[in-house]
This record gives sequence, structure tokens and C-alpha cells, in this order.
Amino acid sequence: MVARHAKPAFTVRRARFIALCLLPGAVFVALFTYYPMIRGAVIAFQRYNLFDLTSTPFVGLENFWSVLAEERFWTALRNTGTWVVVSLFFQFFLGFGLALLLRRQFRGRGLYQAWVFFPWAMSGFLIGLLWRWMFNGQFGVINDLLLKAGIIDERIGFLASPGWAMTSVIVANIWYGVTFFAIMIMAALQSVPPELYEAASVDGASRMRQFWHVTLPHIRPTLALIVLLRIIWILNFPDLIYSMTGGGPAGSTDIITTFLIQQVSGGDYGRAGAVGMLALGLLLAFSIFYLNVTRMERS
Amino acid sequence: MRRLGKVVVLGAWLLITLFPLYWIVVTSLKPKAEIFSMPLKYWPDAITFEHYAELFSFADFGAYLLNSLIVSLVAAAVVTVIGVIGGHTLARFSFPGRGAVMLAFLVTQMIPLFIALGPLYLLMSDLDLLNRLAGLMLVYVAMLVPFSTIIMRGFCERIPAALEEAAQVDGATRLVAMLRVVIPVMLPGIAATFIFAFVQCWNELFLAITFIDSEDSKTIPVAMNSFITQYDIDWGSMAAATVVSVIPTLVLFAAIRRYIVEGLTAGAVKG
Repeated sequence: MVARHAKPAFTVRRARFIALCLLPGAVFVALFTYYPMIRGAVIAFQRYNLFDLTSTPFVGLENFWSVLAEERFWTALRNTGTWVVVSLFFQFFLGFGLALLLRRQFRGRGLYQAWVFFPWAMSGFLIGLLWRWMFNGQFGVINDLLLKAGIIDERIGFLASPGWAMTSVIVANIWYGVTFFAIMIMAALQSVPPELYEAASVDGASRMRQFWHVTLPHIRPTLALIVLLRIIWILNFPDLIYSMTGGGPAGSTDIITTFLIQQVSGGDYGRAGAVGMLALGLLLAFSIFYLNVTRMERS
Repeated sequence: MRRLGKVVVLGAWLLITLFPLYWIVVTSLKPKAEIFSMPLKYWPDAITFEHYAELFSFADFGAYLLNSLIVSLVAAAVVTVIGVIGGHTLARFSFPGRGAVMLAFLVTQMIPLFIALGPLYLLMSDLDLLNRLAGLMLVYVAMLVPFSTIIMRGFCERIPAALEEAAQVDGATRLVAMLRVVIPVMLPGIAATFIFAFVQCWNELFLAITFIDSEDSKTIPVAMNSFITQYDIDWGSMAAATVVSVIPTLVLFAAIRRYIVEGLTAGAVKG
């Protein structure tokens, strides 16, 4: 916030200038983001199939009931929970560990960060392909390495068996996300004023105690925010699953967003709208819940 | 001892991070027979570039590359310009509705655009923008405008307003003052935003596969997606395609690594 008092007063000429500057962005967002979302909300209450657009009557909650009655939706919902919680858990703790190791300056740190950062330049789609190939049941390198290490006796069809597929996509997701957490947590760690540590070491606090009583309380609000952002991001991240398993086998790696995309490509926009609304509701409910919990904890 | 432990752990993580990249590069350089043979070779007996050659001769990958390049360049440029102007306005003026504009932008950052994939398809069809690169550009601009505006606002707020006022006292109009004073100071941030937007467009999948299916408007992700929906994946070509498509983004991201944390948190931490 630089010099708020310097902001000029509001006049008609200025208002025109302001409106003109904000107009292009506003038009794009209104037309290609808000309008489709609102239309999607309306379509959710219509019978709307791309292959039969002769009649698109309003049908009340029919789409919602039909989605909620489908076993696959509930599977996707459960999978979403597993996908988010397990991925997040490992991403967070591995990322935290990495951040602590990278926290102090050492020779080559910048270079190291540059190298471990590379997954971020890749799309989720490509990451999914990479791991799909490595998890290949026949020629996959992961099978080969596990065999060589003596951990398994015969090749596993990781992506072909419902039992293994979810584990596999989560492993790929963890790999993708650890660096993100590490970098974000490192930024948070560096925001702790050094005076606090000095005061603590004068008082004779051990490093462990310093961490618990100085570092952690100081970065907790930032951590909460990073985690929230990350959860929303993982929830909204069908790309990796899409290219790795396509939600299969037999829906065992479907999450809400891959389920949604299948509905859209199936052409039933009414149902897709309903799934979209349900996903959105979930997202909002979760965000509000999470923000309230972290706020309560703080006070 | 402590130090040794640290080096080992960091080394192990580096290995885990880089191995998949190594593996895809190696796969792309192996002859077909070697990709699908046992035991697995961790380095090819004879390096071949046949998969790369195939990509460009059979699959017309050059055309897809060009499409991706055009769409990403144009969209990123437009997004950056809109972001600079809008972000500057949001940072420098207080006016009724400013909070509402910010909120409207922030909300879009939380909700993925593909939640409205169906209606977007209908809209594109109504506007006759299906199967056209221009259509893809427009949607990408809309997708990235909130991000670029919010992050530019952040950059602007760090520049003292006095700088611009001084220029205006010298007789320059507001717009000229902005161009002459603000832009040069913000240039690194502007470049980073442009690159970030470029990479986002380059990598985007779901909108592209929904709106594009004609051969001459395919972007790289669309083309690669049609490789995987075939029954049998030709992993040699797939690996080569992955390598080719990831090189530009690797180079660009390395250039703006410093800014990426800011980009990833844009609008969420500040606001």
C-alpha cells in the first residue's frame, strides 16, 4: 500500500478514464467466464442434450437426482477425498522437509532450486503421460526398478488394476507437488524476522524449541493459506488423471472433475451442469469451512 | 555428519525429480524394438532420432507447433497489455466498485473454467469460433486476465505514485506518464507475466480439445491427446512429442523462476 493519500479524488473525467482502462478485462471475463457459468447454472435445471436440441424444457431437479442416483458419482466423490487428502499429506510434509533443508544459504542452492523446479514447467497432461509410461505394466521402468530391488517378484499392472491405479496417480501427484510446497514454505520461513531467533537463543532455547515456539506460530497463517490454495488446486486438477488413466479402470480413479469432463464430452450438458454445480457447492462449502476453522484456531 | 545427511537427502530428491524427465528423453532416443524389449535398457544401444523425424513427417507436428506458438503468443501479449492497464488503474485510483472488480477477478481464480465447459462450447458455437485459433485466443485471454491484472496491480503498488506525479507535473498526460515511468520500472514483472501466460496457453488442454478437432487448427496438446485416445500408444513418438513440447516451457520457466512463487499465489496472499 503505497501512499494512499496520494490517490486522486473522484471526478467525471477520471471516472471515464478508469472505466475505459478496466473495460477490456471486464468484458472478457464477463463474456467468457461469468456468462458461461450462469448459463451452466441454468442448464443444470434443463433437459439439455447436445444430440437432441429440439426440446430443452426445464425439468426442475431431475438432473441432480439422476447424478445423485448414480453409483459412479459417489465413487468419484470418495476418490476425490482420497486424492486430495493423501496427495496433500505427503506433498506438505515432504515439501516442508525440503524447505527446511533449503532454508539456509549454501553454495549451489539457486542452481538446485532451478533443477528441482522443472516439473512446474510441464502441464499436468504431460506429467500424466510421463508417469503412465513409467507405470506401464509390461515395459514400465518402475516395475523394472522394483524387480531389481527385490521388492516385488512379478510385474504389477499398476494402471490396469483398480487396486493400484489410485495409488499410482497419487504418487505422480505427490511428485509434482512437493517442490511447490517447498518453495512456498521456504518463502514463509524467510519471512520470520531474525530478531525473533536472536531473542530466543539469548533465552537459551534449543533449535527444536525455537522451531516450535518461534517459527511455527509465525508462519502458521501463511501455511493455512498455502494449504487452502493447494487443496483447491488439487481438487481442480483433472489433467494428470485424465492422461494417466482417464478415470479408469472402471471408474477407480475418477474424481469429481474427471467425472464432469466425461459428462461434457458425452454431450449431456444438463447433467454436466448439475455436476458442475455440485462441485462448485462442494468447493465453496469447503473453503468457508476451512477458513472458519483456521480463523477460530487463531483467536 | 549432519551435512552429509543433508547432501544425501537433497541428492536423492533431485534424482527422483529428474528421473522421469531423463526417462522420457531416453525413450525418445531408443529404436522402437528397444523400447518394447526386455531387459530394459537404461541407455540406448544406438541412439536414433527416428521418432523425431516421424513426428514431423507423418504427424505434421510442425503445423501444431506453429498453431500453439501463434495462439500462445497472441493471447499472452493481449493478456499482458490488459493486465498492465487494468492493474495500474486498480492500484492507483480509489473509486466506488473497486473492491467489487477485485472480487470478481479473484473469484474466477478459485473456480476452474472447465466447470462451464459445456456452456462455453455453446457460446463458441454461437459465435462461430469453434475450430478456429482466434476462438482459442479469446478464451485464453479471458482465462488469464484476472491473474495478470491482479499481479500487475501488486507490482504497481510497489512503485511510488510520486514518480508518476512528477512526470505529470512536467506536463505529460496520465497515459504518457504511465508509459514513460511505470512501464520501464515494471519491465521485469511484465516480462514474467507474459511468459507465465504464454506457458499457461501452451499447456492448456481441456478447452482446446473441446473447441478444436479440425486437423489444421490443432495445438500440441490437442494433437497429443489424439495420440493417446488411439488404442495403442506409440511411446517412441509420444516421448519425442513430449520432449519437443516441453523444451520451450522449460527454458522460459527457468528465466522467470524468481517470479513464479508470486504468480502462483497472485491474488490469494495479497488482495
